[in-house]
Amino acid sequence: MNEISAITVEPAGCSDAPVLKERGQREVFCGLTGIVWLHRRIQDAFFLVVGSRTCAHLLQSAAGVMIFAEPRFATAIIDERDLAGLADANDELDRVVTRLVERRPEIKLLFLVGSCPSEVIKLDLSRAALRLGRKFGADLRVLSYSGSGIETTFTEGEDACLASLVPVLPASDAAQLMVVGTVAEIVEDQFRRYFSELGIHDVGFLPPRRAGELPAVGKGTFFLLAQPFLANTALELERRGAERIAAPFPLGVEGTLAWFEAAAQKFGISQARCRAVLDAPAERARQALARCRITLAGRKVFFFPDSQLEIPMARFLARELGMTLSEVGTPFLHREHLAEELALLPRGTFLSEGQDVERQLDRCDEEKPDLVVCGMGLANPLEARGFTTKWSIELVFTPVQGFEQAADLAELFARPLRRRALLKV
Amino acid sequence: MQLSLWTYEGPPHIGAMRVATAMKGVHYVLHAPQGDTYADLLFTMIERRDERPPVTYTTFQARDLGGDTATLFKKAVADAYERFKPQAMLVGASCTAELIQDDPGGLALALDLPIPVVPLELPAYQRKENYGASETFYRLVRACVGPRVERAAGAKPSCNILGPTALGFRHRDDVAEVTRLVEKLGVRVNVVAPLGATPADLARLPDADFNIVLYAETALAAALWLEKTFGQKFVNVAPIGVGATRDFVKTVAELAGIDATDFLRAETSRLVWYSRSIDSTYLTGKTVFVFGDATHAVALARVAAEELGYKVVGLGTYAREFAREVRAAAKGYGIEALICDDYLDVEAAIKAAAPALVLGTQMERHIAKRLGIPCAVISAPVHVQDFPARYSPFMGFEGANVLFDTLTHPLMMGLEEHLLGMFREDFEFSGDAAASHLGHAAAVVLEAEPVTAVWDEAAEKELKKIPFFVRGKARRNTEMFAAEQKIGVISLKTLYDAKAHFAS
Repeated sequence: MNEISAITVEPAGCSDAPVLKERGQREVFCGLTGIVWLHRRIQDAFFLVVGSRTCAHLLQSAAGVMIFAEPRFATAIIDERDLAGLADANDELDRVVTRLVERRPEIKLLFLVGSCPSEVIKLDLSRAALRLGRKFGADLRVLSYSGSGIETTFTEGEDACLASLVPVLPASDAAQLMVVGTVAEIVEDQFRRYFSELGIHDVGFLPPRRAGELPAVGKGTFFLLAQPFLANTALELERRGAERIAAPFPLGVEGTLAWFEAAAQKFGISQARCRAVLDAPAERARQALARCRITLAGRKVFFFPDSQLEIPMARFLARELGMTLSEVGTPFLHREHLAEELALLPRGTFLSEGQDVERQLDRCDEEKPDLVVCGMGLANPLEARGFTTKWSIELVFTPVQGFEQAADLAELFARPLRRRALLKV
Repeated sequence: MQLSLWTYEGPPHIGAMRVATAMKGVHYVLHAPQGDTYADLLFTMIERRDERPPVTYTTFQARDLGGDTATLFKKAVADAYERFKPQAMLVGASCTAELIQDDPGGLALALDLPIPVVPLELPAYQRKENYGASETFYRLVRACVGPRVERAAGAKPSCNILGPTALGFRHRDDVAEVTRLVEKLGVRVNVVAPLGATPADLARLPDADFNIVLYAETALAAALWLEKTFGQKFVNVAPIGVGATRDFVKTVAELAGIDATDFLRAETSRLVWYSRSIDSTYLTGKTVFVFGDATHAVALARVAAEELGYKVVGLGTYAREFAREVRAAAKGYGIEALICDDYLDVEAAIKAAAPALVLGTQMERHIAKRLGIPCAVISAPVHVQDFPARYSPFMGFEGANVLFDTLTHPLMMGLEEHLLGMFREDFEFSGDAAASHLGHAAAVVLEAEPVTAVWDEAAEKELKKIPFFVRGKARRNTEMFAAEQKIGVISLKTLYDAKAHFAS
């Protein structure tokens, strides 16, 4: 028996665990940040934020150097004149989009992305998208969603984006599998290979790499979530007749295995086939985890809320790497989508939802964790106070899903601890 | 509506944060939606500050908009006062909160806190970061100044140094250098603000004999008000470069009633001799394009033209507030100033001018890189590289030393590259050698490692999907693994077996 499955699991996990709900200052990104990885994923899409200078500044701060390579995102900055009268703002938007399309004729899909100011002044971007869609015809599809901070927290921007894609997916009632949520190309290809070896050949990915490759959806569609923050996208898919396959998320060996098996079961694949296809890569991945386990086992980890990946990450760190969980904070806890994850989480884990950052920092001080997972605004100040931190945005930018990435994911948490041990200054 | 892919300046509340974060004992309560807290990372990541900026955000969400965001704001102010016990508080709104018109100033004043509460009206849809910093500093100065205490008989003349902020381009070292300079001249520094000052320090501003405006972008408004109110004259010469530093010293000495003749004879910069030494001859007439904030753009154009013998072929700023000053300077070089905050237009202007050197912001550095032109960064907006660990001021005589290096090293590299290009085909040269100051890394790579295994098509394709910055390592490791295992053809399985092997 290997060391991972040797860990005993309390039967009920955290399914019915109490959750501390906080409503103070939230030290999180808004949904616009999702553009940074979404535009990398859909390679012929452009994201036009209709917002303020703050939105533009956020994007360039969060996107860092990506900005310098003629990015496929931009901000239409609302100014005083636009605030004076709304009709004017619509004309202005049309002018800006026309200029943009002239400049970037290769763009096939344009998202008009709502922001806090555009929501507050009630600029109707869905109507603008219809109008502009008519204007540009078949060459350019125009959609809209809101990535505003008043409606979306960080990764929820991806949820809003994908939800806006669902109504335009082609219809098909054929039996098929859809994987929902941005994954790196290399992860997509690995997933496709395993599904194919399992005998599931008709597999679509949402979002796709190119706007022209949108997967079909209909009554025969089963979908697996690759990310835990896709509440609205799932609802939209269900509205189109698709059915969600309940599963933990494909993070770590255990999560990935259960994720594939849930799909296999739905498609009537035999246990024997699952074992033949999945056991070898799972075992290889377990061995790859061993090095990080030495660094991480027995260490206490504290999660500040950020990406909604916190609960699957905590499950992985606790069960496969032997870490002790201190507080696990998440911006929003979707009990239904996370039911399988919560059941696996060690009983007694302290869960919190929402944030009051000052009070949470107080709790962090008291808990004295060995590793703090937090946003970039908090990381250096916590390091300066002696904590070791892992800044969480890397978790959404790095390929971490699947067997082959399990050790990479563990390494993201192990490296800060190893580095701290290394430094003699 | 303006299409923007990148902006030189953030919104005005970022300017207010730069002032609040620079100071001690000040807290800023910002009425702002969830997500605006991204601004914290500018300070903790770019400037590597070891504390969070002293800012509380209300982080309201849609559900709060239907309810009472005003109460939310009042609670945030009361809680922040209770927790941080500041000596003074700034209150204001970011762009979205400006639209919901909760009147943060009025709400905060209604709480009747026992400290100065300074309401900030920073129109987010008209103005930008530098305006926000300037206005915030001006309002804070007005709110905090105390009565003037006359200089005791026989005491040294004194000055305040105004303008340095958090997230400022080389502000930390400029303050140290200028402080050293004026103290050596015989002038006492009364207060440096905002960087490092408390509200109590601001109360003592009127005690100084005069003010030094280090960066007009942030300090001119406050200096003008102090002049009007307390009759304090101010020095508005940024001491960047040898000539400007001399002018600065003369002006300071005049206001302090000191004779600076001996001082100026004794103090100088290596730039003076280095620029005259014959190996600098090749710099003559090199064309240079300068773009940045007004203070740095104007000063660097002067250094380039008068102290290094370059030819200024372009000069511009993104700061419209200082368009007049930059236009006047450009006229002196016989060119039209570029006043513009769209980097695509700046790129077009640089392309058209085809200079030998670009002096600009981080954005111009990238533009120059794309165009293959040497470049040095001389102005905000800042990047993590603009906070060097070493002492590296731009101001004063030491700053002039730094400038000589900064403005000539990219060109030496350029010359060297040129020579390499010329001799590239020479049998004694390696065509792929990097410039010598980059070491011999590139040359070493030339020694091709013997490839022991071949990659099959699927594995090769997979390898290409690995992010480029780790791809080389992945290839080497896999080949090493294949060699160890005596595998002749690298397949997908080999690739991932190797990955797992090196991970464990």
